[in-house]
Amino acid sequence: MNILKKRSLINFMKYRSLIYLLVAKDLKVKYKRSVLGVLWSLLNPLLTMLIITIVFRELFRFNIDNFAAYVISGQVLFSFLSESTGLAMSSIYTSGQIIKKVYIPKYIFPITKTTYSLVNLLFSFLAVLLVCVVTNVSINYTIIFSFVAIIYLYVFCLGLGMLLSSLVIFFRDIEHFYGVFLTAWMYATPIIYPISIMPDRFMFLLYANPLYYYIEYFRLGLVNGQVPSWDLNLHCILYSIGTLALGVYIFNKKQDEFILHI
Amino acid sequence: MPSWGSYIMTTESIRVEDVSMCFHMTTEKISTMKEYIIKKLKGQISYKEFWALRNVSFSIQKGDILGVLGLNGAGKSTLLKMVAGVLKPTSGNIYVNGSMAPLIELGAGFDTELTARENIYLNGSILGHSKKMMKKHFDEIVEFSELQDFLDVPIKNFSSGMYARLGFSIATITKPEILIVDEILSVGDFKFQQKCESKIQDMIKEGTTIMLVTHSIDQIRALCNKAIVLEKGSLIQSGTVDAVSDFYYSKYT
Repeated sequence: MNILKKRSLINFMKYRSLIYLLVAKDLKVKYKRSVLGVLWSLLNPLLTMLIITIVFRELFRFNIDNFAAYVISGQVLFSFLSESTGLAMSSIYTSGQIIKKVYIPKYIFPITKTTYSLVNLLFSFLAVLLVCVVTNVSINYTIIFSFVAIIYLYVFCLGLGMLLSSLVIFFRDIEHFYGVFLTAWMYATPIIYPISIMPDRFMFLLYANPLYYYIEYFRLGLVNGQVPSWDLNLHCILYSIGTLALGVYIFNKKQDEFILHI
Repeated sequence: MPSWGSYIMTTESIRVEDVSMCFHMTTEKISTMKEYIIKKLKGQISYKEFWALRNVSFSIQKGDILGVLGLNGAGKSTLLKMVAGVLKPTSGNIYVNGSMAPLIELGAGFDTELTARENIYLNGSILGHSKKMMKKHFDEIVEFSELQDFLDVPIKNFSSGMYARLGFSIATITKPEILIVDEILSVGDFKFQQKCESKIQDMIKEGTTIMLVTHSIDQIRALCNKAIVLEKGSLIQSGTVDAVSDFYYSKYT
C-alpha cells in the first residue's frame, strides 16, 4: 500500500521550501525599488506613532503612562492583522494562474502571505523596542511574553486569512466589506485610546474582541513588565485555536471548488 | 473524491475509473452577494451543465506510452489536468502510482520580475522539489536550456522560446516515473525540439510511463504504443496505437 501515492496526502514538508521561497520573493519584490528598502518597515510605524501621539496627547490630553509605547505596540499588531488577513484573503484568486496549471496544496498561499506579514511585524517590532528605549520604558525578561502574543496572533490571523480566502472566492463583496470592517475593528480596539474611556455599555464589545486580548497580552509583557494571567492566556489560546480550526475546516471543504471560480 | 478504498495493481501506473467532469456554467456571471441573493430569491439562477468528460475509464500500465487523440473540445486537456491533480473529477476516481512530472503548461508559476536563476528554484519548489535537489541539478538545467548568458536577467525580458526552454528544462530534471505531456513538443526552434524529443526518448528507454496529448498523429505513431480517442467527453476507442490511429484517421478525414 505504501507505493500508492495520494496527492492529497503529499505532506507539508515537501512544500516547506516553497513557502520559504515565496516569502523571500514577496519581501524582495516589496523593497526592490525603494532606496531605504527594508528600513521602511521600521520607519512606517514610527512615523505613524509620532503623528498619533502628537494628535492625541496635545489635542485630546490622553493621560497614559508611556503613551508612545502604548500606541506603537497596539498599532503594529493591528497593522499585522490587517495586512496579513487582507493579503491572505486575496492570495487564492491572485494565484489563479498557478493553481490552474500545476498541482500545489492551496493552503500554501494563505500561509505564505501570513508569514510574510509576520516577517514585516518582526521588523516593526524593532521600532517598538526603539520607542521603548527612547521613552525610558524599562524592559525586562517579560519581553518573552510579547513574542508569545505574536505567536497567538499569528495563529489567529492564519485562521482568519484561510476563512476569508475561501469565502472571497465565492463572494468578492467580502473584500470591500472587510475594508470597512477593519476600520470599525480598529476603533473598537483600545489601540490609541485608554481602556478607561470605554463606556460601560460598550464593554461587551471589548470582551468579544479577540484582538483586545492579544494587544493586552503584548503590552503586559513589553510595556508593563508583567506576567500575563492564566485567564488571559486561556482567552488567547481559545480564540487562536478556534479561529484556525474554523478556517481550516471551511478551506478544506471548499478548496476543490476554488479552481472553478477563479 | 478518490478514496483509499481500492487497491491498485503494482503494474498499473495510472487508473482512471468511471471519471466524469461537469462544469456549471451560470448563464450570466454572478459575483456579488446582493445579486446572488436577489436572483436566488427570484429563482433566477440557472445553471447550464457542461460535461467535459463522461464516464471515462482506462488504465495505463508501467512503461506504456499512451497517446490521447481527439478534436478540439473533446476533453483531452481536462483529462490531463485531472490526472495531474489540478482538477478534481465530479465523480469517479483517479489513481496515480509513482512520481509524476506534468508538462502541461511550461513555466507555470514563473515570476517575471525575478531572474532566471531565482525562477529555477521557485519553479522547482512549485513542482515539489527540495532546494537541495535543485542545487544538485542546477548546472544541468542551465546547460540543457542553453541560457548560461542570461541567468541573472529578469525573465520578463525573455522571449517566449527562452521561457519555454527554461520551463522544459526544469520540469524534466527529475527522472519521473510518469510524464504527462500536453502539446508542448512544439516549443522553441527545430534544434531544441529535437533535444526535447531525444530527452523524452531517453525517458522511454528508462521505462517512464507517458501520457501524451497532441494533434499530430505522426508523433503519436512514432512515440506511443497505446492510444485512446475522446469525442465530446466520451471515450470512443482504445487499444494499440496502430489500430486506434487508423480508426481516428478514417473517422475524421
